[in-house]
Formats: sequence, structure tokens, C-alpha cells
Amino acid sequence: MTVYDIIFYLFAAVTLISAFFVVTNRNIVHSAFFLLFTFFGVAGIYVMLGADFIAIVQLIVYVGGILILLLFGVMLTNKIVNVEIKTGTIHALPASIVLGLFAGAIGAAVLNTNWKIVESPDPVPTTAAIGRMLINEYALVFELLGILLLIALIGAASMARR
Amino acid sequence: MQIPIEYYLILSAALFMTGIVGVLIRRNAIIVFMSIELMLNSANLTLITFSSYLGNSIGQIFVFFVMAVAAAEAAIGLAIIIALFRNKLTVNLDEINIFKW
Repeated sequence: MTVYDIIFYLFAAVTLISAFFVVTNRNIVHSAFFLLFTFFGVAGIYVMLGADFIAIVQLIVYVGGILILLLFGVMLTNKIVNVEIKTGTIHALPASIVLGLFAGAIGAAVLNTNWKIVESPDPVPTTAAIGRMLINEYALVFELLGILLLIALIGAASMARR
Repeated sequence: MQIPIEYYLILSAALFMTGIVGVLIRRNAIIVFMSIELMLNSANLTLITFSSYLGNSIGQIFVFFVMAVAAAEAAIGLAIIIALFRNKLTVNLDEINIFKW
């Protein structure tokens, strides 16, 4: 059990436990804050996998953007004055049956496949390589994504302000 | 890389299943939305895992694209939820049945 293993288990535990609370907590604002810890845990796992650029983008986009947007959604769709910010759960039994089947299928797939692994040296910084690929091979997709984001923002603004 | 690849894959599968349960059992549109974000994160985690264990950074480019689409999806989804709330005064998915008649 090296330090590397301990850090992995720590991040995995943070991710899974807070994800569990996101789903089961009855208070939406608490769910949003547990989602924050899930995103942090996933970012830590990205760092362990040697994806430094993606880890930072995860923090900026998810924690800085999507989570704040979600909190705005919570504030705008619940009257703050009344305490009706809680919701219940339904259909727990069919959900657990579906979950069990899915867990069995995916677990069997993961454990029975002989994954092809390339032994890689120590992780190197990936930002320069990703930037070079984005403006060479994937330039068209990159521009299309920019247009998609622009269209999405215009659409969201026009839908929400009416 | 001392940790076997299966550990990361099982972590990602567990995160995905948490998201599925959230979509299935919760009736608040915003919680369902958060569960969808959990599932997107687990898909990204799988892509990064394979990218790292195959020594190929194209998976990271793909994750970058997925994140951009997720940001667009979050903006549109919340706009829809807010528009729905303005019309129906609820975000409870069981009470939103305006497509039925």
C-alpha cells in the first residue's frame, strides 16, 4: 500500500460518498454542495491519471461554471421564503432492480475483458500536446464547438428571459 | 501506474450507477440534472483512464469536447427548467405533464 494507493482511495471515497449524498439528500442546496466535492474528487483522479490540463478544465468548467449555474437554477425555481426546497424519492424498488442488473453487466464486462495496457513512463505535461492537436487535427471540431456554445448561450438567454 | 485499470473503471461505473439511480428515484428536475452531470463525469473518467493507460492523449481532446457540450447542455437545461417553472410554478417532474392531454 503505497502513498499513491492511499491517495487514490481517498479521492475515490470522496467522489463516491459525495455522489451518494447528491442523490439521496433531501435538501437541494446540500445536494449542490455535495456535487462540488464530487467534482473535486474527479479532478483529483484526473491528476492521478496524468491529465493535468483536463483536471484544471474540470475545476474551471464544472465547479466554476456548471455548479454556479445549478445554484442559480435552485435559487430561481424555489421560493426562498417557504421551506418547500425538499423533495422525496419514488420508485426505489424498480430502480434498485435496474441498478442491480446494470451493475452485474458492467462489472462482468470490466472484470472479464483483457484490457490492452501500454506501460507508460512517468506522466508528462499534456497541455502543449493538447493545444497543438486542437489547432491542427481537430481545428474544425474546435471551431464548431465554439459555434455550438454561442448558439446554446443565445438560446438559453432567449428562453429564460421571456 | 501501480493501480490496475479495473479500479478506475469500477469507480467510474459506480459513479455512473449513482447517476442512474438519481435520475430514476428523484422527482426534482434540478436533482435529475445533477445526476446527468454525474453520469457525464463518469464517462469522462472512463475516457481519461483509457487515454492514460494507452499512452494516447486523443482521449483527453475528446473529454475536452464533452465538457464543452456539457456546458452548453447545462445552460440550455437550466433555461428550460426556469421557463417551465415560470409556466407551471413547479419543478416536480410528476406534475409537469403539459405534453399529455
